[in-house]
Amino acid sequence: MDERKIRILIAKPGLDGHDRGAKVIARALRDAGMEVIYTGLRQTPEMVVEAALHEDVDAIGLSILSGAHNALVPRIMELMAEADLNDVPVFLGGIVPEDDIVALKAKGVAGIFGPGTSTDIIAEKIRERVLGERV
Amino acid sequence: MTPLPSTAPTLAEQVCQGNVRAIARLISQVEREEPSAQAEIAALYPHTGRAHIIGVTGAPGTGKSSLVNELAKELRRRGKTVAIVAVDPSSPFTGGALLGDRVRMRDLAGDKGIFIRSMASRGRLGGLARSTAGVIKVLDAAAYHTILIETVGAGQAEVDIASAAHSTIVIEAPGLGDEVQSIKAGILEIADILVVNKADHPNSQRTVKSLEMMLHFGSTRQMVRHHGEMMLADDGHALTNATNPDWEVKVYETVATASQGIDKVVDALEAHLVYLQTSGEWHEREKVRGRQEVEQLLQALVLRQLQATVSPVEREQLIAAVAEREMDPYAAANHLFTHLNH
Repeated sequence: MDERKIRILIAKPGLDGHDRGAKVIARALRDAGMEVIYTGLRQTPEMVVEAALHEDVDAIGLSILSGAHNALVPRIMELMAEADLNDVPVFLGGIVPEDDIVALKAKGVAGIFGPGTSTDIIAEKIRERVLGERV
Repeated sequence: MTPLPSTAPTLAEQVCQGNVRAIARLISQVEREEPSAQAEIAALYPHTGRAHIIGVTGAPGTGKSSLVNELAKELRRRGKTVAIVAVDPSSPFTGGALLGDRVRMRDLAGDKGIFIRSMASRGRLGGLARSTAGVIKVLDAAAYHTILIETVGAGQAEVDIASAAHSTIVIEAPGLGDEVQSIKAGILEIADILVVNKADHPNSQRTVKSLEMMLHFGSTRQMVRHHGEMMLADDGHALTNATNPDWEVKVYETVATASQGIDKVVDALEAHLVYLQTSGEWHEREKVRGRQEVEQLLQALVLRQLQATVSPVEREQLIAAVAEREMDPYAAANHLFTHLNH
Protein backbone atom coordinates (compact mmCIF):
# COMPACT_ATOMS: atom_id res chain seq x y z
CA MET A 1 0.00 0.00 0.00
CA ASP A 2 1.71 3.20 1.17
CA GLU A 3 5.42 3.42 0.58
CA ARG A 4 7.24 3.59 3.86
CA LYS A 5 7.66 7.21 4.92
CA ILE A 6 11.16 8.39 5.74
CA ARG A 7 11.44 10.52 8.87
CA ILE A 8 14.54 12.70 8.85
CA LEU A 9 15.85 15.20 11.37
CA ILE A 10 17.37 18.38 9.95
CA ALA A 11 19.39 20.07 12.66
CA LYS A 12 21.51 23.19 12.99
CA PRO A 13 24.07 22.45 15.69
CA GLY A 14 26.37 25.25 16.78
CA LEU A 15 26.13 28.97 16.36
CA ASP A 16 25.21 29.53 12.70
CA GLY A 17 23.49 32.86 12.20
CA HIS A 18 20.97 31.78 9.60
CA ASP A 19 19.21 28.66 8.34
CA ARG A 20 18.31 29.51 4.77
CA GLY A 21 20.16 26.51 3.38
CA ALA A 22 18.77 24.09 5.93
CA LYS A 23 15.26 25.29 5.16
CA VAL A 24 15.80 24.84 1.42
CA ILE A 25 16.87 21.25 2.08
CA ALA A 26 13.99 20.68 4.51
CA ARG A 27 11.44 21.83 1.94
CA ALA A 28 13.06 19.83 -0.84
CA LEU A 29 12.95 16.66 1.23
CA ARG A 30 9.32 17.33 2.09
CA ASP A 31 8.62 17.70 -1.62
CA ALA A 32 10.38 14.39 -2.11
CA GLY A 33 7.79 12.82 0.20
CA MET A 34 9.77 12.71 3.45
CA GLU A 35 8.64 13.80 6.89
CA VAL A 36 11.18 16.38 7.99
CA ILE A 37 11.59 17.26 11.65
CA TYR A 38 13.29 20.62 11.74
CA THR A 39 14.95 21.79 14.94
CA GLY A 40 15.73 25.43 14.29
CA LEU A 41 18.97 27.24 15.04
CA ARG A 42 21.51 26.95 17.84
CA GLN A 43 21.15 23.33 18.79
CA THR A 44 23.62 21.69 21.14
CA PRO A 45 24.78 18.17 20.31
CA GLU A 46 22.68 16.98 23.26
CA MET A 47 19.55 18.59 21.81
CA VAL A 48 20.17 17.03 18.40
CA VAL A 49 20.53 13.53 19.83
CA GLU A 50 17.55 13.96 22.16
CA ALA A 51 15.40 14.94 19.18
CA ALA A 52 16.69 11.96 17.17
CA LEU A 53 15.83 9.69 20.09
CA HIS A 54 12.30 10.98 20.69
CA GLU A 55 11.46 11.14 17.01
CA ASP A 56 13.04 7.74 16.18
CA VAL A 57 14.28 9.20 12.92
CA ASP A 58 15.57 7.17 9.98
CA ALA A 59 18.35 9.67 9.25
CA ILE A 60 19.90 12.87 10.52
CA GLY A 61 20.97 15.82 8.39
CA LEU A 62 23.32 18.28 10.07
CA SER A 63 23.74 21.73 8.59
CA ILE A 64 26.89 23.53 9.73
CA LEU A 65 28.16 26.75 8.19
CA SER A 66 30.43 27.94 10.97
CA GLY A 67 33.34 25.59 10.35
CA ALA A 68 32.77 23.90 13.68
CA HIS A 69 32.00 20.52 12.10
CA ASN A 70 35.21 18.91 13.35
CA ALA A 71 34.13 19.56 16.91
CA LEU A 72 30.38 19.14 16.57
CA VAL A 73 30.05 16.07 14.34
CA PRO A 74 32.25 13.67 16.37
CA ARG A 75 30.55 14.85 19.58
CA ILE A 76 27.12 14.15 18.09
CA MET A 77 28.20 10.72 16.90
CA GLU A 78 29.60 9.98 20.34
CA LEU A 79 26.29 10.87 21.99
CA MET A 80 24.40 8.81 19.42
CA ALA A 81 26.51 5.78 20.26
CA GLU A 82 25.72 6.31 23.96
CA ALA A 83 22.00 6.51 23.15
CA ASP A 84 22.15 3.32 21.08
CA LEU A 85 21.43 5.21 17.86
CA ASN A 86 24.35 3.80 15.87
CA ASP A 87 22.10 2.52 13.13
CA VAL A 88 20.90 6.02 12.20
CA PRO A 89 22.93 7.45 9.28
CA VAL A 90 24.23 10.99 9.67
CA PHE A 91 24.54 13.30 6.67
CA LEU A 92 26.35 16.62 6.71
CA GLY A 93 25.74 19.76 4.70
CA GLY A 94 27.03 23.31 4.75
CA ILE A 95 30.61 24.49 4.51
CA VAL A 96 32.98 21.52 4.77
CA PRO A 97 36.51 21.79 3.31
CA GLU A 98 37.78 18.89 1.15
CA ASP A 99 40.49 18.11 3.69
CA ASP A 100 37.94 17.32 6.39
CA ILE A 101 35.66 15.15 4.29
CA VAL A 102 37.82 12.02 4.43
CA ALA A 103 38.22 12.20 8.19
CA LEU A 104 34.52 12.75 8.75
CA LYS A 105 33.57 9.85 6.49
CA ALA A 106 36.05 7.69 8.40
CA LYS A 107 34.15 8.63 11.56
CA GLY A 108 31.02 7.23 9.98
CA VAL A 109 29.30 10.19 8.35
CA ALA A 110 27.17 8.67 5.59
CA GLY A 111 27.36 11.53 3.13
CA ILE A 112 28.60 15.10 2.84
CA PHE A 113 26.80 17.56 0.57
CA GLY A 114 28.48 20.84 -0.28
CA PRO A 115 26.63 24.02 -1.27
CA GLY A 116 24.88 23.71 -4.61
CA THR A 117 24.43 19.94 -4.47
CA SER A 118 21.23 19.04 -6.26
CA THR A 119 18.43 18.43 -3.79
CA ASP A 120 17.25 15.54 -5.98
CA ILE A 121 20.60 13.85 -5.48
CA ILE A 122 20.45 14.47 -1.73
CA ALA A 123 16.97 12.97 -1.49
CA GLU A 124 18.04 9.97 -3.58
CA LYS A 125 21.16 9.30 -1.49
CA ILE A 126 19.13 9.45 1.71
CA ARG A 127 16.46 7.19 0.31
CA GLU A 128 19.07 4.69 -0.90
CA ARG A 129 20.75 4.58 2.47
CA VAL A 130 17.56 4.33 4.55
CA LEU A 131 15.42 2.08 2.37
CA GLY A 132 18.26 0.07 0.89
CA GLU A 133 19.17 -1.12 4.36
CA ARG A 134 15.56 -2.05 5.15
CA VAL A 135 15.59 -4.96 2.69
CA MET B 1 14.38 -30.02 23.94
CA THR B 2 11.98 -27.10 23.97
CA PRO B 3 13.62 -23.70 23.56
CA LEU B 4 13.67 -21.50 26.63
CA PRO B 5 11.33 -18.49 26.44
CA SER B 6 13.08 -15.26 25.64
CA THR B 7 13.92 -13.31 28.78
CA ALA B 8 14.38 -10.06 26.91
CA PRO B 9 11.60 -7.64 27.88
CA THR B 10 9.05 -6.88 25.19
CA LEU B 11 8.65 -3.37 23.82
CA ALA B 12 5.45 -3.00 25.82
CA GLU B 13 7.27 -3.95 29.03
CA GLN B 14 10.07 -1.50 28.32
CA VAL B 15 7.53 1.23 27.61
CA CYS B 16 5.83 0.63 30.95
CA GLN B 17 9.26 0.95 32.58
CA GLY B 18 9.71 4.34 30.91
CA ASN B 19 12.49 3.36 28.49
CA VAL B 20 12.61 6.31 26.09
CA ARG B 21 14.10 4.39 23.17
CA ALA B 22 11.37 1.76 23.46
CA ILE B 23 8.67 4.43 23.67
CA ALA B 24 9.98 6.09 20.50
CA ARG B 25 10.34 2.75 18.70
CA LEU B 26 6.86 1.55 19.58
CA ILE B 27 5.37 4.88 18.52
CA SER B 28 7.01 4.37 15.12
CA GLN B 29 5.54 0.86 14.83
CA VAL B 30 2.11 2.21 15.72
CA GLU B 31 2.48 5.00 13.19
CA ARG B 32 3.49 2.60 10.45
CA GLU B 33 0.56 0.38 11.47
CA GLU B 34 2.83 -2.64 11.71
CA PRO B 35 1.03 -5.86 12.67
CA SER B 36 3.35 -6.32 15.66
CA ALA B 37 2.09 -3.02 17.11
CA GLN B 38 -1.33 -4.47 17.86
CA ALA B 39 0.03 -7.09 20.22
CA GLU B 40 2.20 -4.53 22.01
CA ILE B 41 -0.75 -2.13 22.41
CA ALA B 42 -2.89 -4.98 23.71
CA ALA B 43 -0.19 -5.78 26.28
CA LEU B 44 0.11 -2.23 27.55
CA TYR B 45 -3.56 -1.28 27.30
CA PRO B 46 -4.37 -2.25 30.92
CA HIS B 47 -1.73 0.29 31.98
CA THR B 48 -3.44 3.18 30.18
CA GLY B 49 -6.24 5.43 31.39
CA ARG B 50 -4.27 7.45 33.93
CA ALA B 51 -2.81 10.33 31.93
CA HIS B 52 -4.61 13.65 31.62
CA ILE B 53 -4.95 14.15 27.87
CA ILE B 54 -5.14 17.78 26.85
CA GLY B 55 -5.86 18.92 23.30
CA VAL B 56 -4.64 22.28 22.05
CA THR B 57 -6.24 23.51 18.87
CA GLY B 58 -6.79 26.72 16.96
CA ALA B 59 -6.17 28.34 13.60
CA PRO B 60 -2.61 28.59 12.26
CA GLY B 61 -0.77 31.59 13.63
CA THR B 62 -2.53 31.63 16.99
CA GLY B 63 0.59 30.44 18.83
CA LYS B 64 -0.27 26.83 19.65
CA SER B 65 3.34 25.63 19.83
CA SER B 66 4.41 28.54 22.01
CA LEU B 67 1.49 27.94 24.34
CA VAL B 68 2.21 24.22 24.52
CA ASN B 69 5.82 25.06 25.34
CA GLU B 70 4.73 27.32 28.21
CA LEU B 71 2.08 24.91 29.51
CA ALA B 72 4.68 22.14 29.60
CA LYS B 73 7.13 24.32 31.54
CA GLU B 74 4.51 25.25 34.11
CA LEU B 75 3.32 21.65 34.46
CA ARG B 76 6.92 20.59 35.05
CA ARG B 77 7.24 23.26 37.73
CA ARG B 78 4.22 21.66 39.37
CA GLY B 79 5.91 18.27 39.35
CA LYS B 80 4.16 16.65 36.41
CA THR B 81 5.88 14.72 33.63
CA VAL B 82 4.71 15.79 30.20
CA ALA B 83 4.54 14.14 26.79
CA ILE B 84 3.81 16.30 23.78
CA VAL B 85 2.46 15.13 20.43
CA ALA B 86 2.57 17.81 17.75
CA VAL B 87 0.66 17.08 14.54
CA ASP B 88 1.40 18.95 11.32
CA PRO B 89 -0.20 18.58 7.89
CA SER B 90 1.14 16.26 5.21
CA SER B 91 1.29 17.61 1.68
CA PRO B 92 -1.61 16.11 -0.27
CA PHE B 93 0.58 16.11 -3.39
CA THR B 94 3.95 14.81 -2.27
CA GLY B 95 2.95 13.00 0.91
CA GLY B 96 5.81 14.71 2.73
CA ALA B 97 5.62 17.05 5.70
CA LEU B 98 7.58 19.76 7.45
CA LEU B 99 7.31 19.14 11.18
CA GLY B 100 8.56 22.30 12.78
CA ASP B 101 6.87 22.43 16.17
CA ARG B 102 10.02 21.49 18.08
CA VAL B 103 11.50 24.85 17.06
CA ARG B 104 9.19 26.59 19.55
CA MET B 105 9.95 24.15 22.35
CA ARG B 106 13.67 24.62 22.88
CA ASP B 107 13.05 25.58 26.55
CA LEU B 108 12.08 21.98 27.15
CA ALA B 109 15.28 20.45 25.78
CA GLY B 110 17.34 18.34 28.17
CA ASP B 111 14.49 17.80 30.65
CA LYS B 112 14.11 14.06 31.22
CA GLY B 113 10.54 14.61 32.33
CA ILE B 114 9.53 15.72 28.84
CA PHE B 115 8.99 13.69 25.68
CA ILE B 116 8.22 15.42 22.37
CA ARG B 117 7.03 13.63 19.25
CA SER B 118 6.14 15.20 15.93
CA MET B 119 3.62 13.50 13.66
CA ALA B 120 2.45 14.17 10.13
CA SER B 121 -1.29 13.96 9.54
CA ARG B 122 -0.77 11.56 6.60
CA GLY B 123 -3.92 12.53 4.78
CA ARG B 124 -6.33 12.58 7.66
CA LEU B 125 -8.37 15.77 7.79
CA GLY B 126 -9.78 16.13 11.31
CA GLY B 127 -6.67 17.63 12.91
CA LEU B 128 -5.00 14.44 14.09
CA ALA B 129 -3.29 11.56 12.36
CA ARG B 130 -5.03 8.20 12.18
CA SER B 131 -2.53 6.65 14.55
CA THR B 132 -2.50 9.49 17.11
CA ALA B 133 -4.85 7.54 19.38
CA GLY B 134 -2.41 4.62 19.44
CA VAL B 135 0.51 6.95 20.10
CA ILE B 136 -1.37 8.46 23.05
CA LYS B 137 -1.79 4.98 24.54
CA VAL B 138 1.94 4.34 24.40
CA LEU B 139 2.67 7.59 26.23
CA ASP B 140 -0.12 6.92 28.74
CA ALA B 141 1.33 3.48 29.53
CA ALA B 142 4.77 5.06 29.87
CA ALA B 143 3.27 6.93 32.82
CA TYR B 144 3.52 10.53 31.67
CA HIS B 145 1.12 12.48 33.90
CA THR B 146 0.00 14.81 31.14
CA ILE B 147 -0.17 14.35 27.40
CA LEU B 148 -0.46 17.56 25.39
CA ILE B 149 -1.72 17.10 21.84
CA GLU B 150 -1.16 19.98 19.47
CA THR B 151 -3.36 19.63 16.41
CA VAL B 152 -2.77 20.58 12.81
CA GLY B 153 -4.68 23.78 13.27
CA ALA B 154 -6.74 23.94 10.11
CA GLY B 155 -9.19 25.59 12.47
CA GLN B 156 -12.59 24.67 11.26
CA ALA B 157 -12.75 20.92 11.04
CA GLU B 158 -10.66 20.11 14.10
CA VAL B 159 -13.19 17.84 15.71
CA ASP B 160 -10.88 14.85 16.20
CA ILE B 161 -9.33 16.42 19.25
CA ALA B 162 -12.61 16.78 21.10
CA SER B 163 -13.04 13.02 21.27
CA ALA B 164 -9.35 12.24 21.70
CA ALA B 165 -8.74 14.51 24.68
CA HIS B 166 -10.17 14.87 28.19
CA SER B 167 -9.70 18.64 28.18
CA THR B 168 -9.67 20.78 25.05
CA ILE B 169 -8.13 24.23 24.82
CA VAL B 170 -9.11 26.37 21.86
CA ILE B 171 -6.73 29.23 21.14
CA GLU B 172 -7.69 32.45 19.47
CA ALA B 173 -5.46 35.33 18.50
CA PRO B 174 -6.47 38.88 17.63
CA GLY B 175 -5.84 40.43 14.25
CA LEU B 176 -6.29 37.32 12.12
CA GLY B 177 -9.06 38.57 9.88
CA ASP B 178 -12.48 37.63 11.27
CA GLU B 179 -13.08 38.83 14.78
CA VAL B 180 -13.25 35.34 16.16
CA GLN B 181 -12.11 32.41 14.04
CA SER B 182 -13.40 29.81 16.43
CA ILE B 183 -16.99 30.93 16.23
CA LYS B 184 -17.09 29.24 12.84
CA ALA B 185 -19.15 26.16 13.48
CA GLY B 186 -17.87 23.48 15.75
CA ILE B 187 -14.70 24.91 17.18
CA LEU B 188 -16.11 27.13 19.92
CA GLU B 189 -18.34 24.31 21.09
CA ILE B 190 -15.52 21.87 21.66
CA ALA B 191 -13.63 24.19 24.01
CA ASP B 192 -13.39 23.42 27.70
CA ILE B 193 -10.99 26.34 28.07
CA LEU B 194 -10.65 29.32 25.74
CA VAL B 195 -7.37 31.16 25.43
CA VAL B 196 -6.77 34.46 23.69
CA ASN B 197 -3.05 34.43 22.99
CA LYS B 198 -1.00 37.43 21.84
CA ALA B 199 -3.08 39.38 24.37
CA ASP B 200 -0.64 42.28 24.08
CA HIS B 201 -2.01 42.96 20.58
CA PRO B 202 -4.01 46.24 20.39
CA ASN B 203 -7.18 44.41 19.24
CA SER B 204 -7.01 41.66 21.82
CA GLN B 205 -9.73 43.11 24.06
CA ARG B 206 -12.19 43.02 21.17
CA THR B 207 -11.49 39.33 20.72
CA VAL B 208 -11.87 38.65 24.43
CA LYS B 209 -15.15 40.58 24.59
CA SER B 210 -16.56 38.81 21.52
CA LEU B 211 -15.82 35.44 23.05
CA GLU B 212 -17.24 36.41 26.44
CA MET B 213 -20.40 37.64 24.76
CA MET B 214 -20.81 34.33 22.94
CA LEU B 215 -20.36 32.51 26.22
CA HIS B 216 -22.86 34.75 28.01
CA PHE B 217 -25.63 34.24 25.49
CA GLY B 218 -25.58 30.52 25.98
CA SER B 219 -25.45 27.40 23.92
CA THR B 220 -27.33 27.13 20.62
CA ARG B 221 -28.16 23.60 21.58
CA GLN B 222 -31.37 23.08 23.48
CA MET B 223 -30.53 19.68 24.79
CA VAL B 224 -27.53 18.89 26.90
CA ARG B 225 -26.36 15.70 28.45
CA HIS B 226 -26.18 15.72 32.23
CA HIS B 227 -24.65 12.66 33.84
CA GLY B 228 -25.60 10.60 30.82
CA GLU B 229 -29.22 11.76 30.62
CA MET B 230 -30.57 14.22 28.07
CA MET B 231 -32.05 17.35 29.62
CA LEU B 232 -33.25 20.73 28.41
CA ALA B 233 -30.71 23.50 28.89
CA ASP B 234 -31.81 26.78 30.47
CA ASP B 235 -31.91 29.70 28.04
CA GLY B 236 -29.46 32.44 28.90
CA HIS B 237 -27.39 30.08 31.01
CA ALA B 238 -23.63 30.53 30.78
CA LEU B 239 -22.40 28.58 27.78
CA THR B 240 -21.32 25.25 28.91
CA ASN B 241 -19.69 22.76 26.68
CA ALA B 242 -22.71 20.89 25.33
CA THR B 243 -21.83 17.67 27.10
CA ASN B 244 -20.66 19.21 30.39
CA PRO B 245 -23.34 21.52 31.76
CA ASP B 246 -21.60 21.76 35.14
CA TRP B 247 -18.35 23.16 33.77
CA GLU B 248 -18.23 26.84 32.93
CA VAL B 249 -16.10 27.70 29.90
CA LYS B 250 -14.00 30.80 30.54
CA VAL B 251 -11.67 32.99 28.50
CA TYR B 252 -8.03 33.39 29.56
CA GLU B 253 -5.54 35.87 28.16
CA THR B 254 -1.95 34.92 27.52
CA VAL B 255 1.18 36.19 25.88
CA ALA B 256 2.87 32.85 25.43
CA THR B 257 6.14 34.21 24.10
CA ALA B 258 6.48 36.30 27.28
CA SER B 259 5.26 33.50 29.58
CA GLN B 260 2.31 35.64 30.73
CA GLY B 261 -1.04 34.27 31.88
CA ILE B 262 0.12 30.67 31.78
CA ASP B 263 -0.37 29.84 35.46
CA LYS B 264 -4.09 30.66 35.26
CA VAL B 265 -4.54 28.35 32.26
CA VAL B 266 -2.81 25.50 34.09
CA ASP B 267 -4.98 26.20 37.17
CA ALA B 268 -8.02 25.87 34.89
CA LEU B 269 -6.69 22.61 33.46
CA GLU B 270 -6.21 21.22 36.96
CA ALA B 271 -9.71 22.37 37.92
CA HIS B 272 -11.13 20.70 34.81
CA LEU B 273 -9.41 17.47 35.70
CA VAL B 274 -10.92 17.55 39.19
CA TYR B 275 -14.33 18.30 37.65
CA LEU B 276 -14.03 15.37 35.24
CA GLN B 277 -13.05 12.97 37.99
CA THR B 278 -15.70 14.03 40.51
CA SER B 279 -18.62 14.40 38.11
CA GLY B 280 -18.35 11.11 36.29
CA GLU B 281 -17.49 12.92 33.05
CA TRP B 282 -14.09 11.24 32.91
CA HIS B 283 -15.84 7.95 32.35
CA GLU B 284 -18.14 9.50 29.75
CA ARG B 285 -15.15 10.90 27.86
CA GLU B 286 -13.44 7.55 27.95
CA LYS B 287 -16.53 5.99 26.37
CA VAL B 288 -16.55 8.63 23.64
CA ARG B 289 -12.87 7.97 22.98
CA GLY B 290 -13.40 4.25 22.98
CA ARG B 291 -16.34 4.40 20.59
CA GLN B 292 -14.49 6.71 18.21
CA GLU B 293 -11.48 4.49 18.14
CA VAL B 294 -13.26 1.18 17.73
CA GLU B 295 -15.33 2.60 14.85
CA GLN B 296 -12.22 3.92 13.17
CA LEU B 297 -10.39 0.63 13.49
CA LEU B 298 -13.44 -1.18 12.18
CA GLN B 299 -13.59 1.07 9.13
CA ALA B 300 -9.93 0.36 8.45
CA LEU B 301 -10.53 -3.39 8.74
CA VAL B 302 -13.47 -3.26 6.34
CA LEU B 303 -11.42 -1.30 3.82
CA ARG B 304 -8.57 -3.77 4.11
CA GLN B 305 -10.98 -6.67 3.66
CA LEU B 306 -12.35 -5.00 0.55
CA GLN B 307 -8.89 -4.55 -0.87
CA ALA B 308 -8.12 -8.20 -0.19
CA THR B 309 -11.27 -9.64 -1.75
CA VAL B 310 -11.82 -7.44 -4.79
CA SER B 311 -9.13 -7.37 -7.44
CA PRO B 312 -7.76 -3.94 -8.40
CA VAL B 313 -8.61 -4.78 -12.01
CA GLU B 314 -12.26 -5.34 -11.19
CA ARG B 315 -12.33 -2.24 -9.01
CA GLU B 316 -10.85 -0.12 -11.79
CA GLN B 317 -13.40 -1.54 -14.27
CA LEU B 318 -16.20 -0.46 -11.96
CA ILE B 319 -14.71 3.02 -11.55
CA ALA B 320 -14.36 3.35 -15.33
CA ALA B 321 -18.00 2.29 -15.74
CA VAL B 322 -19.04 4.97 -13.26
CA ALA B 323 -17.00 7.61 -15.10
CA GLU B 324 -18.56 6.56 -18.42
CA ARG B 325 -22.08 6.75 -16.94
CA GLU B 326 -22.59 3.03 -17.59
CA MET B 327 -23.13 2.50 -13.88
CA ASP B 328 -24.10 4.87 -11.09
CA PRO B 329 -21.87 5.20 -7.99
CA TYR B 330 -24.43 3.60 -5.65
CA ALA B 331 -24.62 0.47 -7.82
CA ALA B 332 -20.82 0.31 -7.95
CA ALA B 333 -20.48 0.64 -4.18
CA ASN B 334 -23.20 -1.97 -3.55
CA HIS B 335 -21.50 -4.34 -5.97
CA LEU B 336 -18.19 -4.00 -4.09
CA PHE B 337 -19.96 -4.35 -0.77
CA THR B 338 -21.61 -7.65 -1.67
CA HIS B 339 -18.14 -9.03 -2.35
CA LEU B 340 -17.17 -8.21 1.24
CA ASN B 341 -19.75 -10.56 2.65
CA HIS B 342 -18.40 -13.60 0.82
